[in-house]
Amino acid sequence: MLEDASSGADMIEARSLTKHYGPTVAVDGLTFQVQPGQVTGFLGPNGAGKSTTMRLMLGLDAPTAGSVTVNGRRYQDGRFPLHEVGALLDALAVHGSRRAYDHLLWLAQSNRIGRHRIDEVLQLVGLEDIARRRIGPFSLGMKQRLGIAAALLGDPEILLFDEPVTGLDPEGIVWIRTFFRSLAAEGRTVFVSSHLMSEMALTAQHLIVIGHGRLIADAAIDEILAHGSRWVRVRSPRSDDLTALLSNTGATVRASDSHLEVTGVDAAAIGELAAAHGIALHELAPQQASLEDAFFELTEGAVDYHAGAKTSDQAAQR
Amino acid sequence: MTTATPTAAPEPTTTGDPSRRGSLLAAVAVAEWTKLRSVRSTMWALAITIGITVGFGSLFCLAFAARYDRLDPKERLTVDPTVLSLRGLFLSTLALGVLGVLVMSSEYASGMIRATLAAVPQRRTLLAAKAIVFGAVAMVVSMGSAFAAFGAGQAILAHKHLGTSLTDPTVRRAVFGAGTYLTIVGLLGLALGAILRRTAGAIATLVALVFIAGLLAQALPSPWNDDVSKFLPGIAGLALFSVRPDPARLTPGAALIVLLAWLAAGFASAAILIARRDA
Repeated sequence: MLEDASSGADMIEARSLTKHYGPTVAVDGLTFQVQPGQVTGFLGPNGAGKSTTMRLMLGLDAPTAGSVTVNGRRYQDGRFPLHEVGALLDALAVHGSRRAYDHLLWLAQSNRIGRHRIDEVLQLVGLEDIARRRIGPFSLGMKQRLGIAAALLGDPEILLFDEPVTGLDPEGIVWIRTFFRSLAAEGRTVFVSSHLMSEMALTAQHLIVIGHGRLIADAAIDEILAHGSRWVRVRSPRSDDLTALLSNTGATVRASDSHLEVTGVDAAAIGELAAAHGIALHELAPQQASLEDAFFELTEGAVDYHAGAKTSDQAAQR
Repeated sequence: MTTATPTAAPEPTTTGDPSRRGSLLAAVAVAEWTKLRSVRSTMWALAITIGITVGFGSLFCLAFAARYDRLDPKERLTVDPTVLSLRGLFLSTLALGVLGVLVMSSEYASGMIRATLAAVPQRRTLLAAKAIVFGAVAMVVSMGSAFAAFGAGQAILAHKHLGTSLTDPTVRRAVFGAGTYLTIVGLLGLALGAILRRTAGAIATLVALVFIAGLLAQALPSPWNDDVSKFLPGIAGLALFSVRPDPARLTPGAALIVLLAWLAAGFASAAILIARRDA
C-alpha cells in the first residue's frame, strides 16, 4: 500500500479546497491528505466546515475553488463507488417507513453488491434481529449502526463518518472506537469527524483540526499531545534570580518575553522557593494542556458563535 | 476542474472486478424499484389512484343512469359515455402526480438524497432510472385503472342501453388516451419534484399547472382563452380522452404531442438542475 501512496491509492487528498455558500465561506483553502492504515480524526467546533468538507469529498457539493480527490480522482468520476468508499453522513437521513433490510438492499443493488453482504454487515453492527423492521421507530443509536452497516456494504478501503458517536450509548461508543481501530488496522483509510476532542483522543491516531473552514493542525495525535505538556507560567520582577534558583533545583526554565515557562517542578515548589528567597511573584499559573486544552488553544477564535457577538473575523471574510 | 484530474482514465480500478461491470442504468433502476416498492406511501398512492379512477367513474355513471329517465332530451344526447366513465381521472391524476413528486422530493425531505447520490454520483442516470421505474409502474396502474373504470362504467350504463364498447376505435383511443394522460401527469410530478425539491411546492405547482391554469386561461378574452388553454396539460389531457371532437381543443394526436412536450421541458429542466446544484 505504501508504494501506491504517491498515486493516491486509498487516500483522500484536498488541495486548496474552498467552498462558499453565497457570502458565507464554509471551507477556506484546505489542503491535507488522509492516509490509509490509521484512524484520522477530523476535528473542529460546530460550524467549522467539517460536514461541508465531507460533502465535497463525496461530490455532493461542488467546490468553489480547489479540489478534493479520493483514490486519485474526483469521487463523482467513479462508477459503482461504494466498492471503494463508504460514508455515513447523517444517520437520520433515511426513509422511516422502509425496512432496514430494504434500505441496505437498494444501496447494494445500485452498486452491484451481492446480497450476502447485507447479512454480513447487519451481523457486523448487530442489527440482524431487527433487519425486517421499519426504520422509523429505531433509536438514534440503532440508526447510527444502520448507517455504519450501509457504509461498510461495499467492503470499501476508504470510510468516512460524520459525527458517528452522536446518539450512541456508552457501550456503543466503546464498540465503535474498537471497530474503527480494527478497520484501520486492516489497512483501511478511516476518516471520522467530531467536535469532541476527548472522543478523538481515544479513537484517532492522526488529527486534522479545522476552524472557520481553515486548517489549524494536521499532525499525529502524539505530536499534538507533546505540544501541550504540563508547565508553569511564572512572572516576577526578579526573573533572572529566580531562573538561577530554579535551574539549581533541576527544573527547566524557558524565558519568554514577559514570563518564564517552567517545567520539572510544580507551582507549589516554585512558590515556596521564591518566598524563601524573598522574591516577589506577579504570576504563578500551572498550565496543563490536555488534548482538550490543545484543541481549545488551536481552535480559539475559530468558534463561529461565541456567546454574545459573532466574531469579527467572519465579517472580515465577506 | 480539468486541471484537477490529470489521471484521465475514469475507471481504472473497476475493470478487473466482474461485479462492477454491466449497465449502470440497469443497476440503478433495480435499486429504484426496491426503493419504490419498499415504502408504504407508494402502495397507498397507487391504491388511491385506482380506487378514485374506478370508483368515481362508476359513481358518475350510476348517478347518470339513475337520473336518465328524468333528463331532458338535449342532455341525453350530449352525454359522452366514455368520458363519463373516465371522469375519476380528474382527481386520480392528483394522487398519481403526488406520488411522482414524492419519488424525488421525499429524498430531499429526508436527506436521503445524499446517500443516493453518494451511491450513484451519475445524477442524470439516477433521474433517468427514477423516471423509467416510476413511469413503468405509473403506466401499468394508469392503463389498468382506465380500462377498469371504462369497463365498470359501461356495465352500469348498459342497463340504460347507453354503454359504448372498445370495438369503436375512437373509444379505444380515448381509453388508451386516459391511461397515457394519467401516466404523463405522474411523470410531470416527478420532474417537478426534481426541479423544486420541496414536496409542498412541487404539488402546488402541479395542481396549478394541471388543474388551475385551465380555469385561469378561460378568464382571458376570446379567442385567447381557447388558444392558450388548449395547450395546457389539463385541457390537452381532456382532448386525449374525449371521444367527440371539440373545435376548441386540440386533436388527440396534437394533444399527445403537447403533453409530451411539457414532459420533455420538465425533464430537461430537471436534468440540468440536478447535475448543477449542490445536493
